[in-house]
Amino acid sequence: MAKHKTPLLDQLESGPWPSFVSDIKQEADARAKNEKGLDYQIPVDCPDDLLGVLEMSYTDGETHWKHGGIVGVFGYGGGVIGRYCDQPQMFPGVAHFHTVRVAQPNGKWYNTELLRNLIKIWELRGSGLTNMHGATGDIVFLGTTTPQLEEIFWELTHDLEIDLGGSGSNLRTPATCLGMSRCEYACYDTQELCYNLTQEYQDELHRPAFPYKFKFKFDGCPNGCVAAIARSDLSFIGTWKDPIKVDQEAVAAYVGGEIAPNAGAHAGRDWGAFDIQKEVVDLCPSNCISYEDGKLAIDHKECVRCMHCINTMPRALKVGDERGCSVLCGAKAPILDGPQMGSLLVPFMEVNKDDDYQAIKDLIENIWDWWMEEGKNRERIGETMKRLGMAALIDAAGVPVDARQVQEPRHNPYIFWKAEDVEGGWDRDINEFRKRHQR
Amino acid sequence: MAFISSGYNPDKPMEGRISDIGPRHFGEYLPPVIKKNFGKWDYHEIIEPGILLHVAESGDKTYTVRAGTARLMSVTHIREICEIADKFSGGYVRFTTRNNLEFQVETEEAAKELKTYLNGQTFPGGSHKFPVGGTGAGVTNIVHTQGWVHCHTPATDASGTVKATMDVVFDDFQNMKLPAPVRISMACCLNMCGAVHCSDIAILGIHRKPPIIDHQYLDNLCEIPLAVAACPTGAVRPSKVEIDGETYKTVAIKQERCMFCGNCYTMCPSLPLSDGEGDGIAIMVGGKISNRITKPAFSKVVVPYVPNEPPRWPTMTKVIKKILDTYAEDANKYERLGDWANRIGWERFFEKCELPFTEHLIDDFRDPAYYTWRQTTQFKW
Ligand code: HEM
Ligand code: HEM
Ligand code: HEM
Ligand code: SF4
Ligand code: SF4
Ligand code: SF4
Ligand code: SF4
Repeated sequence: MAKHKTPLLDQLESGPWPSFVSDIKQEADARAKNEKGLDYQIPVDCPDDLLGVLEMSYTDGETHWKHGGIVGVFGYGGGVIGRYCDQPQMFPGVAHFHTVRVAQPNGKWYNTELLRNLIKIWELRGSGLTNMHGATGDIVFLGTTTPQLEEIFWELTHDLEIDLGGSGSNLRTPATCLGMSRCEYACYDTQELCYNLTQEYQDELHRPAFPYKFKFKFDGCPNGCVAAIARSDLSFIGTWKDPIKVDQEAVAAYVGGEIAPNAGAHAGRDWGAFDIQKEVVDLCPSNCISYEDGKLAIDHKECVRCMHCINTMPRALKVGDERGCSVLCGAKAPILDGPQMGSLLVPFMEVNKDDDYQAIKDLIENIWDWWMEEGKNRERIGETMKRLGMAALIDAAGVPVDARQVQEPRHNPYIFWKAEDVEGGWDRDINEFRKRHQR
Repeated sequence: MAFISSGYNPDKPMEGRISDIGPRHFGEYLPPVIKKNFGKWDYHEIIEPGILLHVAESGDKTYTVRAGTARLMSVTHIREICEIADKFSGGYVRFTTRNNLEFQVETEEAAKELKTYLNGQTFPGGSHKFPVGGTGAGVTNIVHTQGWVHCHTPATDASGTVKATMDVVFDDFQNMKLPAPVRISMACCLNMCGAVHCSDIAILGIHRKPPIIDHQYLDNLCEIPLAVAACPTGAVRPSKVEIDGETYKTVAIKQERCMFCGNCYTMCPSLPLSDGEGDGIAIMVGGKISNRITKPAFSKVVVPYVPNEPPRWPTMTKVIKKILDTYAEDANKYERLGDWANRIGWERFFEKCELPFTEHLIDDFRDPAYYTWRQTTQFKW
C-alpha cells in the first residue's frame, strides 16, 4: 500500500516514455515486501517518502530539499553531496538523503556482475534509487544517511576496487565518448586517455585545491558525442592532419543508391535519391570537395575537418592517418558571466601512450599552475582567461601562438605592449626629452 | 535495524583504508567482439530505428540495440536490465552519454528479437520500460538534472518535465524523420548541471523573484562577505536590520539588479529564491555541439517564461512540439535546428513557430549582449 497519496505524480505513470514514478513505486513495494529479508541500513520506506516529498513539490511548485551540509568520507573533499529534506517530520525516510558519486568505467561499459555488485551495496545501504548516470558522467547513488558513507566507501574500494567520483572545487570525474571501442571515427583512444588522466589526478579529484570545479572531456572526433567543447574546462577533441581517405568504388555505390547515405540516419522519410552534389559537395563548409566524372576529390589543404562528408558517406571516406587531438580551453555554462564555448588552445597534439601522455600532462599542469595562481575564488578557468586574456593563457600554457587560435584578429588597436616588446624599453629621461621639445 | 559493519572501524579510520584508486579499467567490461576489434572498426549503419550495425576491418559484425530510460532508476530496474543482458547480450550492457541503454548482439535476427522484447516490457502504469529508438535523424533521450527529486536550487522538476516532453515527442524517438538529429536537454536552474546551453532545444528552470532574506538567521548560517562576493551583478551588500528591538547583521539586496541566478543562495542558505508563482521554465533553441558543417553554437532563449504546470507542463510541451514540427517541415536535409533558424532569419523563426517576440528576449547582460543586437539594415519584413 502506498504510504502517501500522489495524485499528481500518478498522472506521470501513463504515456509511452519510461515512468520514473512507476519505477520508484516498484522499488517502494520491493522494499516493503523485502523478500530477501535484508536488514536495510537506512529507512525501508525512503522511496515512499521520496514520492511524498516530490508530490508536495508538485502541489506547491517549490523544492523541499535543504541546502547540502558538509558530509563526506574521511580525507576526501569530494564525492558526496549532502542533502536534507526540509519537512523531515512528514518524510522521515528521506530526512537525511545524501548523494554518492561513484567512478564509472570510462565509456560506460558494464557487465552484469559489476552492476549487480554495485546495486547490492546500494540496496542494503542506500535508498535503492540511482541515476545512471549523472550529467557529469559518474554513477549517482541517490540518498543515504551519514553513518553509511564510510561503509559504502569501504565496500566500494575493498570489494569492488572502485572509487568515489569528484564534487566540489576540484577535478570532476572525467568523461569520454565511447571512442575506439565502437566508433570508426575515433582519432585517438579517448577511453585510455580518460582512464590514464583520471588515475594520474586522483588527488586533484578528491581534495579540493582549485578556485572552482574543473572538467576534462574527451571526444574522439569533431562530432562531439560527449559535448566536450561546451561542457569542459579542457576538451580533447580528436582530429587529423593528412588527407581524408577516399574509396571511389564506395563513392559510386552511394551515388548509385546501393548504400544509404549517413549510415541510414534519414531512413524515416523519403528525401528522394541521394544527390552527392547537393548533399555533400555544396554543403562542405570550406568548398573543398569536387565531384566530376564520377570521381570525388578533396582539396585537403582547405578541409576544416568538419566531418560532414565522412558522416554522410562513412563507407567511402575515412579520417586520415596522422591523428591526434585539438585541445580547447574554458567552456562553461552561463553562471556567472554568460556561457562560454571552449577556445582552441592547441590545434594539434599527439596523443602518445608510449610516454604516458607526457605532453598532455605538461600542458594540463602548466594551465593549472596559472589558474591556481591567478584565478579568483569560484572562477572557472574560462572566466579567468576572459579576464586576463587568451594571450596570457597561451603564455602560461607554454604553447606557441598560432593564427588558428583566433577566428579573426583583434578589432581594436589597444595592444598591451610590454616594455620588453619596445626598442629601448619604457624608461626615458624627461631632461633628454626636453632637449628636443620646449616646455 | 541492526547496524551492519563493512569492516570499517571508526576508531581507526586509516586502518586498511584504500583510497584514490579511481574507476575500474573499462577494458574489463568490453564484450568480446568489441575488445577484439577495438580501434579497428570499418563502418556502421543504422539498420532500423534503434538498431546499429558496426562492421570491423576483420569483417566481424556487431549489432547494437539502443533503448531509452528515465535515468532515475531503481536497483530493481537495474536488476531487470542485468537479466536482459544475461539473456540476450552475453552479460554486457552499456549506458550512453544521453542515458540510453545499449546491448550488443551477434546477428540481425537477435537484434530484432531483442528490440521486440524490449518494446514489450511495460510498467504496471502502462509506460514502456525500455523503448527502443534514439538513433539517427530523430530525438534521442534527454540529458537532465535532479530537479525537485534531489536538489536545493531547482526552479522546476527535471524528471517530470522530461517525462512529459518525451511522451509528446515519442514518435520522433522511435523514427528517423527529422532533417537532422535533435538534442533536447533539461536543467532545473541556471547552474545548468545538464549543460543545456548548447542544445537544439533546451528546457531551463528559472526563478523570477529575488531572494527572500532570513534576517534573523543569516549571520549564523552564512559568511556575509561570501554572499556579497557571490553576486555577479553586485546586488548584495552588507547591512543591518532591527527586528523586535534587536539588531542583526545581515545583507540588503538591490532587487532591480537581481537576475535570479541563485548564486547568493548557494553561498548562503538564508537567501532562498524558490517561489510557486515566480518559478517556471525558459525555452531555448538552436544550440549545437558538433563541428559538422557549422560551428558549435549556443542555445538562444525564445520563450522567456512558461509557468510550472505539474504534472504535465502542457504549455511547455505545446511550445516544444510546435518548434519541432515547424523545423521538421521547413528545414533542409542535414540542417540542424539552429542552422535552419539562422538561414530563414530569427524574425522568421518567431513568425513560423507562432511565438511572440518580447522585450525579455533582447539580451541586456553585459558585453555579450551587444553581439546579439543587429548591426545591419539587412532584415526581413
Ligand atoms: C590612445 C589612443 C589615442 C590617442 C592618445 C589619441 C589622441 C588624439 C589626439 C591628441 C588627437 C588630436 C590631434 C589634434 O590635435 O589634431 C586625436 C585626433 C583624432 N583621433 Fe585620436 N587618439 C587615440 C586613438 C584614436 C582612435 C582609436 C581613433 C579612431 C578609431 C582616433 C581617431 C581620431 C580622429 C578621427 C581624430 C581627428 C579628430 C578631428 O581632428 O576632428 N583616435 N587623437
Ligand atoms: C553555483 C554553482 C553550482 C552549484 C551550487 C551546483 C550544485 C550542484 C549540485 C548540488 C549538484 C548535485 C545535484 C545532486 O546530485 O543532487 C550538481 C551537479 C552537477 N553540476 Fe552543478 N552546481 C553549480 C554549477 C554548475 C555549473 C556551472 C555546471 C556546468 C557547467 C554544473 C554542472 C553540474 C553537473 C554536470 C552535475 C551533475 C548533474 C547530475 O548528476 O546529473 N554545475 N551541481
Ligand atoms: C558509432 C557511434 C556514433 C557515431 C558514428 C556518431 C555520429 C555522430 C554524428 C555524425 C554526429 C553529428 C550530428 C550532426 O551534427 O549532424 C553526432 C553528434 C552527437 N552524438 Fe554521436 N555518434 C555515435 C555515438 C553516439 C552515442 C553513443 C551518443 C550518446 C548517446 C552520441 C551522442 C551524440 C551527441 C550528444 C551529439 C550531438 C552533438 C551536438 O549537439 O551537436 N553519439 N554523433
Ligand atoms: S565523438 Fe566522434 S569518435 Fe566519439 S563517438 Fe562521437 S562520432 Fe565517434
Ligand atoms: S570534412 Fe568537412 S570540410 Fe572537410 S572535406 Fe568533408 S565536408 Fe569539407
Ligand atoms: S541545474 Fe541547478 S537545480 Fe538542477 S541539479 Fe543543477 S544545481 Fe540543482
Ligand atoms: S540571485 Fe543572483 S543576481 Fe540575484 S541577488 Fe542573488 S546572486 Fe545576485
